[in-house]
Amino acid sequence: MSVVRDTWLIFRHNVRISLRQKAGIIFGVLQPLLYLVLFGPLFVTIGPWETLIPGLLIQVALFSAGLAGFGIVMDARAGVLERLRVTPAHRVSLLLGRVLANSLTLVIQSIMLIAVGYAFGLRAAVPGVLVALLLMILLGVSLAALSNAIALVMDPEAFAPIMSTAIVPLVLLSGAFLPMSMAPGWLDVLSRATPFRYVLEAMRELFNGNYANGTVGLGVAVTVVLSVLCVVVGTRVFNRENA
Amino acid sequence: MIKTSALSKTFPGGVAAVRGVDLAVEAGEIVGFLGPNGAGKTTTMRMLTTLVRPTGGTATVAGHDLLTDPRGVRRRIGYVSQSGGIDLSNPVGEELELHAMLYGMRPAEARERVAEVLGRFGLTELRDRPGGALSGGQRRRFDLAFGLVHDPVLLFLDEPTTGLDPQSRAALWDHIRQLRDGFGLTVFLTTHYLDEADTLADRLFVIDGGVIVARGTPAELKGGTGTLDDVFLSITGRSLRDDPPGSPATDGEPTTGRFLEADPPASSDFLGSSGPPKSPGSPESPGTRDERRAAHLAGGER
Repeated sequence: MSVVRDTWLIFRHNVRISLRQKAGIIFGVLQPLLYLVLFGPLFVTIGPWETLIPGLLIQVALFSAGLAGFGIVMDARAGVLERLRVTPAHRVSLLLGRVLANSLTLVIQSIMLIAVGYAFGLRAAVPGVLVALLLMILLGVSLAALSNAIALVMDPEAFAPIMSTAIVPLVLLSGAFLPMSMAPGWLDVLSRATPFRYVLEAMRELFNGNYANGTVGLGVAVTVVLSVLCVVVGTRVFNRENA
Repeated sequence: MIKTSALSKTFPGGVAAVRGVDLAVEAGEIVGFLGPNGAGKTTTMRMLTTLVRPTGGTATVAGHDLLTDPRGVRRRIGYVSQSGGIDLSNPVGEELELHAMLYGMRPAEARERVAEVLGRFGLTELRDRPGGALSGGQRRRFDLAFGLVHDPVLLFLDEPTTGLDPQSRAALWDHIRQLRDGFGLTVFLTTHYLDEADTLADRLFVIDGGVIVARGTPAELKGGTGTLDDVFLSITGRSLRDDPPGSPATDGEPTTGRFLEADPPASSDFLGSSGPPKSPGSPESPGTRDERRAAHLAGGER
């Protein structure tokens, strides 16, 4: 039995569960949607939708995939995780299948956000948007893997409050709401220390139809490195926690 | 079916939970594994089921080496944990099919097999219910279905009847006996109930302080005179009844501190009141969580 088959089975199962819980998908994208509808019209008095929407995509990535570990907390508590760990399924598949399903949820949420964005006046280049969605898949995998790893080592009770608190500064430091080029020096430096700034700047370039430049290259590189790193960390934690 | 030699587990914190266990279980036996909380009972079972990696000794389980071929072991064993493993919001039948397919079954094969197991436990009508909508006894039967859906040769049961009312317990005992008699299944179970050990098990192992301190048939252990309770007291210096509820397990086992007296009044709608919480919203008992947390901090496994 291959890792791919196990991963596929777990992925399909988790996708079925999340599609059934439509409220969960909507809820995850609700906050960025509110920003789009209630803050976007203000923002466009100083900047274009093509700048704001990628920011909101970072926001939904952090709030949706970043909090994905909550699901594993539930499963661990119900004994589901342990039950699966006694099957011959590859343990890395138990993590990856779940993480890929989280990533798919994020992509659905991103498409919803972009669609509403178009309705409000977004005029992003379609190829750029598609590449940005690819970045979102990777970002979803990264954040979900990391979130699951943290959920496994953290006190389950503390996971939700601590993570949702930690996510806010990360969203702000990425420059999601206003570009960091407007920031004072110290904030700019702080922002450069977080990976999401680079992903976001690349997505803004992509939305503007610029594909081959240093910003895009850097953003893609950061996203790829981040996902490899997070999957490795996630797998290690998952294996260690489960002997 | 099971053969261990000096099997041990020392958690990274330095706690020696199991200090050299030698066990031999033959095919077709129902074996009871007894011991006070913190004796190393759960850790031993979790090693035998590949959930915890031993730090010393060797073991062959269901024909596969525990250390070099844990996946081989997993293919051939079934394990039903104390709290079960039922998703509260998903249709149980769907979970069962996934479970079966993770053992390599094709979709059609898995469906067939799930239907067969559900039929055997009288659960066919309940297959589309989410776990949260099942009664305690029903959930316990589903737990067994998960443990048996891939037709294992060896079944591990951790405190299988804790929290069940007398009728459900008796019914479960019957099921376990039938599995052995009809399918030649080997069963390895831990229990807090000495009457359960007495009536159900062919042979007993008593663990204390991380080593096996007594073994034999219930009759041999009782020596014709006392009850198992007396025997247990004289062997371990403790009665199973003496463990204070919620006492921290010294070996970091995720025990839940449930005892004879602590068991709830007979009710077929149950586990919620004595088992680990079934609802995602309900907090775990502080003891349980702290113990798990402690096991975590010590680098132990959940």
